[in-house]
Amino acid sequence: MTDRMPAAVVATDARTAVQGLITALRQHGFTVIGPRRRGEAIVLEVLHAVDDLPLGLTDEQEAATYRVVTGDGRSLFGYAVGPQSPRRYLSPPRRTLWTGERAGLDFVVRTRDPDPPAYAFLGIRACELAAIDVQDRVLRDGRYPDPDYSAARERAFFVGVNCAAPAPTCFCTSMGTGPEVRQGHDLVLTELLDDVRHELLMAAATDRGAAVLDAALDGMPWRHAGPRDLEAVQDIVTTSAAQMTRRLDAETARDTLAANLDHPQWDDVADRCLSCTNCTLVCPTCFCSSVEDVTSIDGERTERLERWDSCFTLGHSTLHGMGSVRGDVRSRYRQWLTHKLSTWWDQFGTSGCVGCGRCIAWCPAAIDLTAEVAAMSGPVAS
Amino acid sequence: MSGDTRTLGRSAGRAPMVPARYRVAERIVETHDIVTLALVPLDEPIAEPAPGQFTMLFAFGGGEAAISVSGSSGEDVPLRHTIRAGGPGTRALCALVPGTTVGVRGPFGVGWPLAEAEAADVLVIGGGIGFAPLRPVVHHLLGHRPRYGRLAVLVGARSPGGVIYTDELEVWRRRGDVTVATCVDVPERGWQGDVGVVSELIGRVSFAPDRAVAFLCGPEIMMRVVAARLLDAGLDPHRVFVSLERNMHCAIAHCGHCQLGPLFVCADGPVVSWARAAPLLAVRRW
Amino acid sequence: MASIGDLLARQPLLASLDRDDVDRLADCGHIEVFADGSLLAREGEPADWFYVIRGGRVALELASPAGSPLGIETLGWHDMVGWSWIFPPHLWTCDVRAIGTTRVIAVNGGCLRRRCDDDPAFGYRLMRLFARLAAERLHATRLRLLDLYERDHVG
Repeated sequence: MTDRMPAAVVATDARTAVQGLITALRQHGFTVIGPRRRGEAIVLEVLHAVDDLPLGLTDEQEAATYRVVTGDGRSLFGYAVGPQSPRRYLSPPRRTLWTGERAGLDFVVRTRDPDPPAYAFLGIRACELAAIDVQDRVLRDGRYPDPDYSAARERAFFVGVNCAAPAPTCFCTSMGTGPEVRQGHDLVLTELLDDVRHELLMAAATDRGAAVLDAALDGMPWRHAGPRDLEAVQDIVTTSAAQMTRRLDAETARDTLAANLDHPQWDDVADRCLSCTNCTLVCPTCFCSSVEDVTSIDGERTERLERWDSCFTLGHSTLHGMGSVRGDVRSRYRQWLTHKLSTWWDQFGTSGCVGCGRCIAWCPAAIDLTAEVAAMSGPVAS
Repeated sequence: MSGDTRTLGRSAGRAPMVPARYRVAERIVETHDIVTLALVPLDEPIAEPAPGQFTMLFAFGGGEAAISVSGSSGEDVPLRHTIRAGGPGTRALCALVPGTTVGVRGPFGVGWPLAEAEAADVLVIGGGIGFAPLRPVVHHLLGHRPRYGRLAVLVGARSPGGVIYTDELEVWRRRGDVTVATCVDVPERGWQGDVGVVSELIGRVSFAPDRAVAFLCGPEIMMRVVAARLLDAGLDPHRVFVSLERNMHCAIAHCGHCQLGPLFVCADGPVVSWARAAPLLAVRRW
Repeated sequence: MASIGDLLARQPLLASLDRDDVDRLADCGHIEVFADGSLLAREGEPADWFYVIRGGRVALELASPAGSPLGIETLGWHDMVGWSWIFPPHLWTCDVRAIGTTRVIAVNGGCLRRRCDDDPAFGYRLMRLFARLAAERLHATRLRLLDLYERDHVG
């Protein structure tokens, strides 16, 4: 955030303000993606209007538990994160790398320039912005920048929201990734909701953000944010941070796991883990993928397809002719956790985990990685 | 697909997952299941590979396979790969006839640190198809012979029929300035070479352990055994180099398949020092 | 000029012995040269010697009823050949043929056995060394049985 950024403003009616934002974003050419109720979960989908948001709803999350329930009936963002994250759009589950056509012994390669939609993510949380930063290091800032991801990332616009209703599965506070939105955003919103008002504090962090904010505020009542408004934001953030009971220290976890690659706890969790890949599907930083050849029946055309994959599959670590290096659940779970919390540091200079807690909620076996790490800490270990 | 669709001809700026097309110029049968393909470019060629690097070879309808380069710049057709028919990808490649178009991505990975070998005694030890990535090393060492001390090329194979580059080995043997020994597990009648495990050849070669460097490639068990023998003989594990293999898939450290602890074998390897590799390999099934 | 004890002391396994022990071995030894194709040992015949190879190579073989012999193993510079002198019936279990001119230090088994009987402590040290040689040779043989190169353990 630079000094040139306009000061924070407070829109008097939150719903109108968000509608104004959506309209302004669409006018600027963005496809707006945000939280939406779909069946029994709040997912990330295209938003056309403010009423598409899960208005007044909240969620109940615990290990192996996720429910959408009626909340205060009024809030726009009164829930934590659902099973999907922006990775679904920035790094889609399937994409075509190139296609080929055979001509006798020869073949031609057809490719395309990356042209992903310009997405505006509305209602994104601090942990998700942290996850995008983690994915940037893998897919954009490494030795081989991914052209599709880089293009999508370049175009993407982020409207962050300060969490007012974290879930018991959240642990962003201890990971240093939230709950306050501090980096990676163009705009940040905080709902100021009580018996008498439903206002929205809005602040720009980039020029793009300021331009959209300007357009959004046009024709609606707003005022400059005063000290009491800013205090209210800090109260919300502080309360949310204090609510989190789960903890994980990123650097301690890194060292604990590195020193305990043969700890008996791995056998314990292997008894519970189903190797179902849910955790890797919901995780906002996981990046494993596979490339497949899809060849036409006549063998004349082929498509090289990349799709999401998971280190929990047997095929992930196959050495041809020998089977899988990680042929048992114990080694696969250990790979996932030691990569996410430990070797990720060696590879990318940060933890791979942002404390969003999705893997805890969506694990059908109720495995909680914070508890697993805790079980390996202490005097018996190393 | 959205956006422009164009046929990739001689244009530059390929995305890392898009192959360059090459044509099979020559197909050399090395053994009953090992073939060397010499490739010439149809599209703009890839960068010249260094010894120890690999490419992802694509046969239409057969998918991609990670294959180490086995050729070197001094040859008439420098881009060569020696392939053993194992899974469907490599079987498809081994069956290709000259004139067929293949896709090539690369070169990828960290190659053999030849600079480490300057002024040192060098042991080049390969087993089975593992000798293929070492062939460019031998070319380099012999091409710049005065830079190096004593040279030994030790090759292991299951049987005489499994030895690759037999003619070339004989040419090297006759030079007189390099020790060349081939060792088979199971001999055949008329076999004039050694019989035994290739690690046993180490004791029969003369070198100064504190001034020696070793380059190893072969099955992981073989590399472990040979490395242990070399350390026994007094070599520094930082000067013993192995070529690791894991599930190389994208080759650009994105798909995650080839990880060995913190290493992406495709990008941090495949060549690493034994000092770095040994503790990682010691964690079973990591 | 190097004595036989000096030459023996350079062999890696023997280097782990005290010089006094090496000299005891040297007392029972002499240098011998075998022409290409000649036999250092013949299967079934009395095994009175073991050999430390100083130059050249030998092939351990089993004669076949028809055709050329079957190769068991080749040994070369620094390798030690023969342990049948240690235990009865003291008979070679295979042929040992020189490949090229082969120079060895031949150490007499009977001489050594008497020394071991007279000095059991020396005998223990010597047996420990031969046990290690046998263990290494066994491990190498096991590795060959694993068929490492062709069972798709690709390097």
